[in-house]
Amino acid sequence: MPHVQGLRCKECGRDYPADPIYVCEYCFGPLEVAYDYDSIQKSISREKIKEGPLTLWRYDDLLPVDRENAVDIGAGMTPLVRAKNLGKELGLNNLWIKNDAANPTHSFKDRVVSVATTKALEFEFETIACASTGNLAGATAAHGNKAQMDTVVFLPHNLEKGKIIGAAIFGNVVLVRGSYDDVNRLCSELGDNRRWAFVNINMRPYYSEGSKSLGYEIAEQLGWQAPKHVVVPVASGSLFTKVWKGLNEFGKLGIIDNVDTRMHIAQPDGCSPVARAVIDGQSHPRPVIADTIAKSLAIGTPADGIYSVSITKESDGSATAVPEDEIGAGMRLLAETEGIFAETAGGVVISTLKRLAEQGVIGPDEETVALITGSGLKTLEAVEDKIDPPVIDATVESFDEVVMGTVSS
Amino acid sequence: MPERRVKFTFEGEQVKEPVIYRLGKDFPVITNIRRAQVEGNSGWVVLELEGDLDSINAGLAWVRDQGVEVTPVDGEVLAGD
Repeated sequence: MPHVQGLRCKECGRDYPADPIYVCEYCFGPLEVAYDYDSIQKSISREKIKEGPLTLWRYDDLLPVDRENAVDIGAGMTPLVRAKNLGKELGLNNLWIKNDAANPTHSFKDRVVSVATTKALEFEFETIACASTGNLAGATAAHGNKAQMDTVVFLPHNLEKGKIIGAAIFGNVVLVRGSYDDVNRLCSELGDNRRWAFVNINMRPYYSEGSKSLGYEIAEQLGWQAPKHVVVPVASGSLFTKVWKGLNEFGKLGIIDNVDTRMHIAQPDGCSPVARAVIDGQSHPRPVIADTIAKSLAIGTPADGIYSVSITKESDGSATAVPEDEIGAGMRLLAETEGIFAETAGGVVISTLKRLAEQGVIGPDEETVALITGSGLKTLEAVEDKIDPPVIDATVESFDEVVMGTVSS
Repeated sequence: MPERRVKFTFEGEQVKEPVIYRLGKDFPVITNIRRAQVEGNSGWVVLELEGDLDSINAGLAWVRDQGVEVTPVDGEVLAGD
């Protein structure tokens, strides 16, 4: 990793070595990877990127790990789909869907975990771990196996069966008897007392850098340019800040021209601390108790909320809190128009997109990218009550009567 | 002595209350502010608390009772996504 200078506090700017640490000892601000952009400038080019693998590792000049050692199960370079049908429905003539449900474990978490696992190996950790009720669990379990590391994924024991199986198939799951808080406390204690790589704790500065690749890919797939609008589902806010960072790094390095992108936050009404802060004109989100069907966005105390609010101001963006009862409709609309079955967070994104188009925030011809970060197969319970296919007898008559609405003669 | 890193988020009238002063005065807890931002009617303070664990927990329960949001600086470990 010749281009990494170390870690730097996002708040006070203090420098630290590139160690498995994540909080500034002085101001408790979050640490972020600092790069030597002059050195990257000499190395990176569009041609070099194009010659790279069809994964996020084609952008290794801008990642904090060495590609030679990459723990790679194929994350990244997911389809950017021209969404003509959905666009027609919404009055948007230049709409694209970035479908990150097409990642190996069906969510964008493969990007961040691929980087975190590679970094954990570099630090010579033998165990990689996380605590998750969702996409992070499968991504960590899968990459841990690929890296041949001891892997431990903690889940609350009373989680829905589908989610347990989805992660446990990889063989590394431990179910914890206790509440959400009990799992948090246990993992904090384990993290303090054992030399483990926790992907979203001590690996966090490196882990989160993986999300930048979404920004790079969008720019590359649009023909080396930044879109006018990006709509991003926001939980902690990390993805939102890193997509913005990715676009701007490309701009700074001359890989693309100037970045004139407006960044839009999509949150569900039942957990919308960041959106509320933007709407209310506050600089910092107020913590909330999450109560939303969009479980992957249910973070009431968003660690990168302040930075996300700031980016909406800097980019002339916006924030939307989508009513809970519109989330399923958003999922249906995307599935019916583009053939993409997104998780609930995707429903939040599509409903946000619809509102932004109706309000005129997004102009009809402006290039717009909406991020779909996970597969709907992981959140079936959110739509099961809304799906009611017709049932017929195994006869042509029954088909004509029930489906076609006619009685055959 | 145990230490806890926490963030207090204030809103409205709470901004006027000397919550951190009283936390240090009424409980055997040493408070050390590391970073803060206070606007007209809202604000947050990141601070380190030092004391025995029971006193810290009792102090934080009192702070919550004042309507101030208390969250760990290190964030929640268990990710919903």
